[in-house]
Amino acid sequence: MSAAPSDVTLPNPADVLNEHSMHEIDEWMTRYPDDQKQSAVLAALSIAQHQNQGWLSTELMDAVAAKLEMAPIAVYEVASFYSMFETEPVGRHNVAICTNISCMLMGSDTIVEHCEKKFGIKLGESTPDGRIFLKVEEECLAACAGGPMMQVNHVYHTDLTPERVDEILDALD
Amino acid sequence: MSDDTVTITVDGRTLPAKKGQMLIEVTDAAGINVPRFCYHKKLSVAANCRMCLVEVEKAPKPLPACATPIMPDMVVHTQSTLAREAQQGTMEFLLINHPLDCPICDQGGICELQDVAMGYGQSASQYTEGKRVVFDKYIGPLIATEMTRCIHCTRCVRFGEEIAGIRELGATGRGENVRIGTYIEKSVVSEVSGNVIDICPVGALTARPSRYSARAWELRQLPSVAPHDSVGSNISVFVDGDTVNQVVPRENESVNEVWISDRDRFSYQGLKHAERLTAPLVREGDKLVPTDWSSALARAAALLSSAPGKEQELATLASPSSSLEELYLAQKLTRGLGSANIDHRLGQSDFSHPDADPVMPWLGMQLNDLETLNAALLVGSNIRKDQPIAALRLRKSALAGAAISLINPKRVPLHFEAAEEITVRHDRMVEQLHAVAVAAGADLSALDNAPNAEVSVQHRRIAENLKNGERAAVMVGNLAAAHPARSTLLYLARQLSRATDATLCLLPERANTAGAWLAGAVPHRGPGGASVDTSGMDAAAAFAGNAKRLLLLNVEPDFDAANPAAAADSLRGAEGVVVLSAYLSPTLAESAHVVLPLAAFTESFGTWVNAAGQWQSAKGVVAPPGEARPGWKVFRVLAEALGLDGFGFDSPEAVTRELQQACTSIELNNLVDSSARHDFGGASGSDWLRSGETPIYRTDPVVRRSMPLQKATDGKQAFASVNTSGLAALGVAEGEALTIEQGGRSCVLPAKLDDSLPDGCLWVPAGLHATATLGEVFGEVSAKAGGELPGEPATTSVPHVATEAV
Repeated sequence: MSAAPSDVTLPNPADVLNEHSMHEIDEWMTRYPDDQKQSAVLAALSIAQHQNQGWLSTELMDAVAAKLEMAPIAVYEVASFYSMFETEPVGRHNVAICTNISCMLMGSDTIVEHCEKKFGIKLGESTPDGRIFLKVEEECLAACAGGPMMQVNHVYHTDLTPERVDEILDALD
Repeated sequence: MSDDTVTITVDGRTLPAKKGQMLIEVTDAAGINVPRFCYHKKLSVAANCRMCLVEVEKAPKPLPACATPIMPDMVVHTQSTLAREAQQGTMEFLLINHPLDCPICDQGGICELQDVAMGYGQSASQYTEGKRVVFDKYIGPLIATEMTRCIHCTRCVRFGEEIAGIRELGATGRGENVRIGTYIEKSVVSEVSGNVIDICPVGALTARPSRYSARAWELRQLPSVAPHDSVGSNISVFVDGDTVNQVVPRENESVNEVWISDRDRFSYQGLKHAERLTAPLVREGDKLVPTDWSSALARAAALLSSAPGKEQELATLASPSSSLEELYLAQKLTRGLGSANIDHRLGQSDFSHPDADPVMPWLGMQLNDLETLNAALLVGSNIRKDQPIAALRLRKSALAGAAISLINPKRVPLHFEAAEEITVRHDRMVEQLHAVAVAAGADLSALDNAPNAEVSVQHRRIAENLKNGERAAVMVGNLAAAHPARSTLLYLARQLSRATDATLCLLPERANTAGAWLAGAVPHRGPGGASVDTSGMDAAAAFAGNAKRLLLLNVEPDFDAANPAAAADSLRGAEGVVVLSAYLSPTLAESAHVVLPLAAFTESFGTWVNAAGQWQSAKGVVAPPGEARPGWKVFRVLAEALGLDGFGFDSPEAVTRELQQACTSIELNNLVDSSARHDFGGASGSDWLRSGETPIYRTDPVVRRSMPLQKATDGKQAFASVNTSGLAALGVAEGEALTIEQGGRSCVLPAKLDDSLPDGCLWVPAGLHATATLGEVFGEVSAKAGGELPGEPATTSVPHVATEAV
């Protein structure tokens, strides 16, 4: 049994997750048997992260644990394992530059260098004004034909040049 | 040879094995050493450390012995070049990130990594890069962490999930960044958390209270028995000179397997508490002053002996945590002085129908039978906190599909899924158990004034589960034993067991409750359950002011008495109070006339009878402090001073033997036939009733003084808890002061929200400094918002004691 024991106090999910998130998670939970609610943990964490400017607070993870009847530590394990989950506050625009083999051959190092210089931060850091978050070493996003590429707030941008990157990122609020 | 037995060859030896066994189980049984870190016989197989790689013929590569099932006629080499090189390779990888801080590591000398590195490691590492460093989080007062040393075997993680039933530690991050921990800064709450210290193969998890205090090779390891609950877990005590340095489990499959509770592990920290008595004390005016043994004994004898006709003014009350020898001698001395007033049932409030009590209340089965039940009903039991190791066994039944239900005055924390949970205010527990008994068709002809039971589907399901279960049990716990309708609950449980063919389990509340019954430390039975000519007064009567002279054995009225306020009053009004104890609690300091210092556990020989009826003896492993002496010796000299015969024991074992003589013909049986009639009673009309329990770390004098336990989550219990609607009705917020009034006395406690409580229940625990001024733990109470919260209780200085010797 991995459910949270009764002597661990978890928040009421509805107090932490907004109505939209609750609704989405409920929808995901219908896809799995009742005794395997934890199967929805990846989806639930994505939804919770989306509600919170791109990062997961402990409170949010606890709410997901309560919602899916999991031990909180089991949720922390998942959230800390996958690179698409952030457990510290990050900038509001998530910029993920692919540095895998195809993009690297097409010059993704130049793109990374350009972005780091442009914002004065390293991969994995956010700008002090909280605008841009440069995600650490993104793995292949399966758009090799258009390398180098990046993903900005879940939108793919391919065939990048430094100028094209400026154009895209300067257009963000 | 049965069908599932095969033979395999390991290192040229032919070994018998069972199909489905893992290779390492067979090599372990044959005494062939295969190195390992992640494998543990009580945990699931993880096969993640790769240390146990061995060569199996016809396999293309070395295989992990812990995860390789036996195949008929397999040929295994544990020492071949291939196996050795695989093991040495694994060792080299494991040591890459492990710090070389063995000289300051508490695990040094008892470290599995050190041992295996001696056999399989290289003298120098080929690794020149930087080592990984992990910053530690505080996980509570019991376990020290040094996670840089962790080799990620995940034994502790699996222990939490599989044995303790609470997943608190986990492996977060990935790859190079994996770390074992709680992720957030929190104290672990499991009552058996300390076992991760033993199963950790390195020094990542060590005992915090004994940290940096001794080297393993300087300690002596001696066997003992933990006297804190009715499991009687077997322990090994590590001794540094005359100081207990650590307590660890001693394997005994029939008792505690390889585990112990945190209470058993860290209680020893209370042995050197400032309230420990090191010299006899006698009262002079309003002070107790230290004196020598002979004057103290003379004073005690003068107070205890009485003029003819006044014998019944003397009462002896004994803590059920005392050893069998002390309990037996206490009753022998009391009866020798002509008094029938001896009792150990300090926390009990309902003493009606004494004939319905069995000779010894017991589990009705062996402890390991708790693992194979199909159904159980727990009546008034917080088994996880009261008998933690028994609860681990019961959990195994639950995981195997047993339907375990509960009737309790609060929803108690469980580490398994309950089938049915009935949570009602304590005054309605009789009604609920009655409904289950009616649903089971029990013969309730001895029950008076019972209304027609409102039998719900839930009651029927519980009854059905018990009936259908091939191995079923009705278990009566500590909360029921302290319940004001104890005898009716017991009667209903008994009749329900009979109707459903279930075993009646009476969980003894304290370490030696069972032993106290055998020793004759009850007013209506002699040693071995022998009948007595005259029945004496029970503990409640003695503490209600009926006894003019009292002999208290290891009793702390503030914490042990069912009604501590009444007990304190009766002591203040008594003409003579003789205390035999290892500690001096505030009330005793105020009211005792003579105090004789006793040796505590680990300091003298003692026998404890556990829930399964096993007599377990332990020798003293350290000397008692100062002038403190073993209880049996004190009784011997006290009896001499009183001119009593029959106390000339030359050893504590002689005392045990004398009692054994009286117990030879006992047949343990909880299903007593009794002609007693029981009254149904009825629910109380009060808006508020107090309910409570003695919390896990307040059960006996040693535990109460173990500061690490007091600082643990379970040690912080001084709250008045109510549910959400209760907070609203009382008009308080969580943490605000609540004034509790009971029988004209009051105390102030912070309010706490606890939605595991039924409506109208004010949960105020017993056994605490803060609640020692109150009355019965189950009873009428009133509460109102406001009052001044007290500060931390004074624990280091005892008033009323003169510090300088006379």
